[in-house]
Amino acid sequence: MSFFNEIGKYLLMIKGMFSKPENWKMYWKEFMHQCSEIGMGSLWIVVIISVFMGAVSTVQTAYQLTNPLIPAYTIAQVVRDTVILEFAPTLVSIVLAGVVGSKIAGELGNMRVSEQIDALEIMGINTKAYLVLPKIIAALVVIPMLIVIAAMLGIWGGKLAGTMSGIISGDEFDKGLFAGFIPYNVFFAMAKAYTFAFLISSIPAYYGYNVKGGALEIGRASTKAVVVTCVAVLFADYFLAAILLKND
Amino acid sequence: MIEVKDLRKSFSGKTILEDVNVQMQPGQCNLIIGSSGSGKTVFMKCLVGLFQPDGGDVLYGGNNFTKMNIDQKKEIRKEIGMLFQGSALFSSMTVEENVIFPLDMFTQDTRKRKLERVNEVLNRVNLDGANKKFPAELSGGMMKRVGIARAIVLNPKYLFVDEPNSGLDPQTSGLIDKLIKEITEEYNITTVVNTHDMNSVMEIGDHIIYMYQGHKEWEGNNKEIIFSKNQRLNDFIFASEFLRDAKDMRMLEETGKIANDRNMEQLTHDDAPELIPPPAE
Repeated sequence: MSFFNEIGKYLLMIKGMFSKPENWKMYWKEFMHQCSEIGMGSLWIVVIISVFMGAVSTVQTAYQLTNPLIPAYTIAQVVRDTVILEFAPTLVSIVLAGVVGSKIAGELGNMRVSEQIDALEIMGINTKAYLVLPKIIAALVVIPMLIVIAAMLGIWGGKLAGTMSGIISGDEFDKGLFAGFIPYNVFFAMAKAYTFAFLISSIPAYYGYNVKGGALEIGRASTKAVVVTCVAVLFADYFLAAILLKND
Repeated sequence: MIEVKDLRKSFSGKTILEDVNVQMQPGQCNLIIGSSGSGKTVFMKCLVGLFQPDGGDVLYGGNNFTKMNIDQKKEIRKEIGMLFQGSALFSSMTVEENVIFPLDMFTQDTRKRKLERVNEVLNRVNLDGANKKFPAELSGGMMKRVGIARAIVLNPKYLFVDEPNSGLDPQTSGLIDKLIKEITEEYNITTVVNTHDMNSVMEIGDHIIYMYQGHKEWEGNNKEIIFSKNQRLNDFIFASEFLRDAKDMRMLEETGKIANDRNMEQLTHDDAPELIPPPAE
């Protein structure tokens, strides 16, 4: 029952976000602030993870391709597809669930516990609309961008590792990148990016917004938010793959 | 004026408020007092709409707040200012940004006009020059004053104050009480103060509501409370020897047996047997 209760409260929070803003300018300001917080605050970790993710993919793919009949550029194909289909959207989202999710849950939890949310309510502001909605929209704008950057940097990292370690030449890697490229994979990656962005922002917002208690409860809410978001991202990953990747 | 009619609220079957009826007048400090768990916080939260009452009505200037839709409530809330127990300042904003926030959200004034208003209210709460400070750089008393400045910046008709003296030293508490009283009279606001502080009760209690186990046990002002025969109220208010002595002293002042400058030499043993030691034999 508790699970359905939580789902119901989560949906009510989402529903409650949609009301006419008291002041569009203030909402825009908050949205831009959140874009900066989510985007710039996570950029460096995304850059580092992506480059190493691509580099390791290249090295491990080369290690497994022992058959001399398989051309070397296949490594680039494998790196490209794994990075676009899985690593960039899913792995980066899992990391962002930690970085962005704990930040959102902590921020809202602290605002709840210190009565800042009540203060906004008393002023006549719809706090779900003012505090939660800009975070979700900002995440929907910025996280797909981060995932695109992650995909590009992942492939670049793969090429860098391949050429520096002598596994594959730059030209061959480029040849592999364009060989058998399926544009639909990019669409699939972006579908995942938008879905995960929504989960990464809305689930921690729910846990943060509904914190009751003090500092300890804020910590617990942040941890729970990250865990639930990671599980939700993995479930969504599977369902999207099952729905959108069919060979028929 | 705020009028409360038959207000009821319960949580998980436990009654917290039971048929509370009160009228709160403009230009007065209306104090809600009561021991912990008496329902005063829930009462205040029902008044401002943070809790939806189970029954009864809250009327602001004759308009029934409990029956309003969200948009109508928003309009009333623009006339409400509130100072929270922990001040509830936005920690990532400076004092100026905190105070200007309601103006930015609800007015279309120019930036210059808004800043003028911010400086005006900061001056009113004696915080000139603190504009660029962050809440973390302020003392408890200063944070309360910023909270008051933010609460009054939109010229509210109603001011709610939750435990204004918690965590403050007696001198700062006195200053905050004085400020609340002055602002109430100056702007003719209906002020509702939730407090445990007996000094506040005596100093600013134009209208006092004593809550006991969810109902209104006693109602009066800071003069009447001295002479109240309500045992529960007396046990709560004058809980210590020191406060009982202070009550006796105030009773003597009120009945004219001693002057307000407390000239003890005027006292006779018959006036205040508990205060004047019997003459040495």
